[in-house]
Amino acid sequence: MSESQFVLPGDVIVTGDYRPEQNVILDGDRLMSTAVGFSEIEDNSVTVTPLTGLYTPKTDDLVIGKIVSHNALSWEVDINSYYPGILTAFDIFGKDYSASRDDLSLKLNTCDIILARIANVGSRDPLLTIIGENLGKIDSGELVKISPAKIPRLLGKHRSMIQSIEASTNATITVGQNGFIILKCDDSAGLQKAITSIKMIGMTHDDANIEEKVQNILDENN
Amino acid sequence: MGGRETDVVLLDENGIRSDGRKVNETRKVTIKAGVLKNASGSAYIEFGGNKILAGVFGPRDVHPKHMSNPDTGILRVRYHMEPFSVGERKKPAPSRREIEISKVIKEALEPAVMLEKFPRTAVDVYLEILQADGGTRCAALDAASVALADAGIPMRDLVCACASGKAADTLILDVNNEEDQAGQADMPIGYMPNLGKITLLQLDGVLTADEYKKCIELGLEGCKQVYEIQKNALREKYFSSGDKD
Repeated sequence: MSESQFVLPGDVIVTGDYRPEQNVILDGDRLMSTAVGFSEIEDNSVTVTPLTGLYTPKTDDLVIGKIVSHNALSWEVDINSYYPGILTAFDIFGKDYSASRDDLSLKLNTCDIILARIANVGSRDPLLTIIGENLGKIDSGELVKISPAKIPRLLGKHRSMIQSIEASTNATITVGQNGFIILKCDDSAGLQKAITSIKMIGMTHDDANIEEKVQNILDENN
Repeated sequence: MGGRETDVVLLDENGIRSDGRKVNETRKVTIKAGVLKNASGSAYIEFGGNKILAGVFGPRDVHPKHMSNPDTGILRVRYHMEPFSVGERKKPAPSRREIEISKVIKEALEPAVMLEKFPRTAVDVYLEILQADGGTRCAALDAASVALADAGIPMRDLVCACASGKAADTLILDVNNEEDQAGQADMPIGYMPNLGKITLLQLDGVLTADEYKKCIELGLEGCKQVYEIQKNALREKYFSSGDKD
């Protein structure tokens, strides 16, 4: 694997027989970036991890969304993406849902926050499901938004970063791949520290010494 | 265009222009990316006396719905001059000139933006001219390109723009307001430097075939200089230490 490079749209990452992957296009034999981010060359394939932009839905991703509206058959959910997520009424009411009998607003209302899984991404809007363990409406907690590109950094290798924040603050943190995060903590000082650490990771573009910076926030007044 | 009478000496005997520049020198350009919190992407440019703010939203739902395209996304550009951007108050309603420049900038950005990745959506670019000093369409295009990259919208290349022209029978780079008013030709050029493609080319005035070629070459040199400043603006925001590559 080569060292990662900071690239901008149009920058030539490498020339030759490579496979263009995420955020990379081929122009003749030149592989060019289409986003602001870091490029990596691995096993003959070139990828660019973007530093900015909205969430691109992927099947099976866990996302946190906000109900925007509903019609007779489904809810429209803001998942910080180019398209709204769609949660069908059958997901909650089951197969025998009847539009004339059941009222969607009794179960989920506008501005409710849900934890959902992306069931399908096709040519239409991404389909969400809340069937599964711990999925569904979130009743309490603090919502923090960061760039979806920063989620891997927030989780850390094998979730090490998020676990260290949780351990030092006693907070329960639910991370949506779309950049929405829910924090729950009985101790307000701990909650504040966790929020500050997450926002700092979200704001920092230079990853050097980020563990140290997070540790400094967590160690304050301890 | 066409050499209106003026008291200003456009080019003195030493080849120095009315604002102290050499013939192949651009005005001072500064760009800052990510200046607006609520927009998906933004940029502020000062191109000589021009001051322009660019804000980008999207890709997002298209309203009115009938404008949406099921095969690709659409790009919408609004170029707007503030009432205080020029000497005499400009009416804030969109003029014919503003509508034309909006269209020209949209068409200059379209080859770069990968709209086909986002069917049924729109990318909206808002360009506010806070202060105008000649060459606003080029400066606005430069800012729009940086704002689009800042918004994380996939692009084949950045679009950089700079004008070249002719004043006092001499080809000049980056035409300012006086040269635009009293000069003989003005040629704004938009360029994708890595792909080597011109996305905007207009000419107001008269040039010979030879001058035309030289004018394009001169303009492309200016575009490349602006491109470096655009890159630095994005580096400054996303990688403040600047030179990892």
